[in-house]
Amino acid sequence: MKKLSSILIMAILIVACSSSDEGYGGGNENPSFDQVVLLSNLADNLIIPSFNQLQTQLSAFDVARAGFINDRTQENLNALSSAWQEAYMAWQHVEMFNIGEAELQAGNPTGFVSFFNIYPVTVSDIKSAAEGNSYDLNSSFYHDAQGFPALDYLIHGIAEGDTTPLDKFTSNENFEGYIEFLTNVTSQMMAKNNAIINSWTSTYRDAFVSNMGSTATSSFNKIVNDYIYYYEKGLRAAKIGIPAGNFSNTPLPEKVEAYYKQDLSRTFALEALDAVIEVFNGSNGSGFADYLDFLDRSDLKIDIQNQFAEARTKIQGLNLNFYQQVQDDNTKMTEAYDALQAAVVLLKVDMVSAFSVSIDYVDADGD
Amino acid sequence: MTTKHYLQSTSHAAPLAVFRVLFGFMMLISMIRFWVNGWIEKLYLEPTFHFKYFGFEWVSVPGNVTYILFLSCGTAAFLVAIGLYYRVAIILFFLSFTYIELLDKTTYLNHYYFISLLSFLMIWLPANAYFSCDNFRKNRTYTKIPGWTIDSIKVLLAIVYFYAGVAKLNSDWLLKATPLKIWLPSKFNFPFIGDTLMQQEWFHYAMSWGGMIYDIAIPFLLFYKRTRILAFALVVFFHVFTRALFPIGMFPYIMIVSCLIFFETNFHLRIISFLKSIGQGWFKLKPTKQLELYKMKHERWALLMITLFLFLQLLFPWRYLLYPGELFWTEEGYRFSWRVMLMEKAGIANFKVVNSETKEYFFIDNSDFLSTFQEKQMSFQPDFILEYAHYLGDHFKSQGHKHIEIYVDCYVALNGRPSQRFIDPSINLLKEKESFKHKTWILAFNDEIKGL
Repeated sequence: MKKLSSILIMAILIVACSSSDEGYGGGNENPSFDQVVLLSNLADNLIIPSFNQLQTQLSAFDVARAGFINDRTQENLNALSSAWQEAYMAWQHVEMFNIGEAELQAGNPTGFVSFFNIYPVTVSDIKSAAEGNSYDLNSSFYHDAQGFPALDYLIHGIAEGDTTPLDKFTSNENFEGYIEFLTNVTSQMMAKNNAIINSWTSTYRDAFVSNMGSTATSSFNKIVNDYIYYYEKGLRAAKIGIPAGNFSNTPLPEKVEAYYKQDLSRTFALEALDAVIEVFNGSNGSGFADYLDFLDRSDLKIDIQNQFAEARTKIQGLNLNFYQQVQDDNTKMTEAYDALQAAVVLLKVDMVSAFSVSIDYVDADGD
Repeated sequence: MTTKHYLQSTSHAAPLAVFRVLFGFMMLISMIRFWVNGWIEKLYLEPTFHFKYFGFEWVSVPGNVTYILFLSCGTAAFLVAIGLYYRVAIILFFLSFTYIELLDKTTYLNHYYFISLLSFLMIWLPANAYFSCDNFRKNRTYTKIPGWTIDSIKVLLAIVYFYAGVAKLNSDWLLKATPLKIWLPSKFNFPFIGDTLMQQEWFHYAMSWGGMIYDIAIPFLLFYKRTRILAFALVVFFHVFTRALFPIGMFPYIMIVSCLIFFETNFHLRIISFLKSIGQGWFKLKPTKQLELYKMKHERWALLMITLFLFLQLLFPWRYLLYPGELFWTEEGYRFSWRVMLMEKAGIANFKVVNSETKEYFFIDNSDFLSTFQEKQMSFQPDFILEYAHYLGDHFKSQGHKHIEIYVDCYVALNGRPSQRFIDPSINLLKEKESFKHKTWILAFNDEIKGL
């Protein structure tokens, strides 16, 4: 019976050798995909620079804020609005990186987004704060009354009884409260973003790059999950699907991003999609696209790139102002949504399958 | 040896006793591990909705009583291990374990099914005849039991391995080396071979073929005395290796321990004397009355039951032949058939709720109703999709919605193929009923997988 076992081993070896011959002929070493290169490219050329860019824009916004408070004119409010717009553009590049310090900040899965971009904003909470009632921007109760949507309201919205946005800070009986709230929201955003940058530049960058593998807690697995989650919820649903009424009986145009400014929804959606595409392609370095190439799935890479391009074209065809678009011709909105959705299938089913990462964090046993 | 001779032959009771002890402790550890990992909450208490097996819709998560369910399952496992009130304990274990498994089919695993079957089988076996607390309780120790009782466990183990091997006789596994070709390269940080062998295509083929040959051959190598030690070494290697590669929990250890039953009496007697030497210092027990053969009360009935049971096990995995279409695609007859690690399958399912009168519609955010794990499992299994659609229908009906129709936009990718539409999007799922019949609304698979 020793014979049988040696036959068994021989059989395995023979199969092994013969199949290796048909597998590939060249002297290709076929090393594993270098995750370090991909993760460091993400960290060094995309994630950290994007958070830094946001910090730069937030600082500029803070300067504009100080200038405005000093001299509360419409002109200075306009300057504040432009600074807000620049910072909001920078934000579109970081929202998908809900990982590390960012993920831990709010004590909920939404992470740092809780302090930056929960919309629609709850105006009554801002009013209450301006009236002098106590509030805590760190409590979950105030997550939908801070960040860019709150600033949007403060800069472009008209408070009850006022006639212009500027009135909030001048003639409104609670103008001092509004000024203080503007300052507090700004400081909160800068502090949160600073903490994220500090974490990345002190220790987290190396921890992120060295946590390799494909288990549920590995960096690659988490960043792929975050990426898809953002694309699905933050971009596809929040920016287009929800206002278009894809998840409700009727369209909900008042749920567009930057509702009070209005004519920026398309700009932000395109910027967000460009950020998503940039991470997919890896900017000038190694990205998900390169990994797919390595896995001989260039077909899938091209499908995804084409689908992104189609979605981009569809969004490009929309009104600058989605609130208006929903009311004029919502079909175009749902078409843009469908184009974005088609890419979700490719990312969440095909790409995740090809990468062999699990799509959730459940660490339950498998078969 | 004639059948009659075989049925009258006896074996020493030690192998079955050792099996009982090890099985009991393994189950106890599994229960504790499940509890400590927080999976009771995560898998059973937190989700608001649970996917039920067809015919077992009446099984429901009993709130905080779930803890008691696990507690009684663990206690029963412990009683089985020490052999105290064995019959009651093994029945309680079988019932509570199986009830837990029936709570939600999201968590279906072949090895949980294996545990249920094994514990059912053990109900009929005299596993407490020897080296058990019941010996002292009844003041009787038996050294011999009917030989077929031990063999029945061996046969069940053999079925599991053999059928797992047979299931690998398909073109995806053997000719394309999928899904191993997809999984192994992602394990590049595996010690020593992760960066080298795991990346080689020939290695994926070698693992696929080796795994298939292993599964089919191992029962025979274990049965045959002269290859037994080699076979057991292979068992240990194979299971430890797969445990290191994949998150498969306790299963490898349970299989390793179970395979010890193939060894002969002397080996088990040594284990027992070893266990006794550990326990001796703790408590002194006066020896019990020693008897020869354990006379099973209803041996004929037990034998009939077990023969039927094993026969059914031989037939059951073939039921997929009654369904048209590709088994891996429709999964009709896929479960309960020892199809292990055969597929890399992922899907996405978007449900659309339509008012048939006004034609108004909206999409569902699945995370509002399902855990991520449930959503993942639901998105590529037709019976899950149907059950969930009906749940959504009931939910929105109760919210006052009228004229509800539910459609699904579902895509699935199988073993590295591009994703393909899975369910007919023009079918109102609320009109479809769950049954054992073929689900005609599953779209045909674009490719072909040859083999069994």
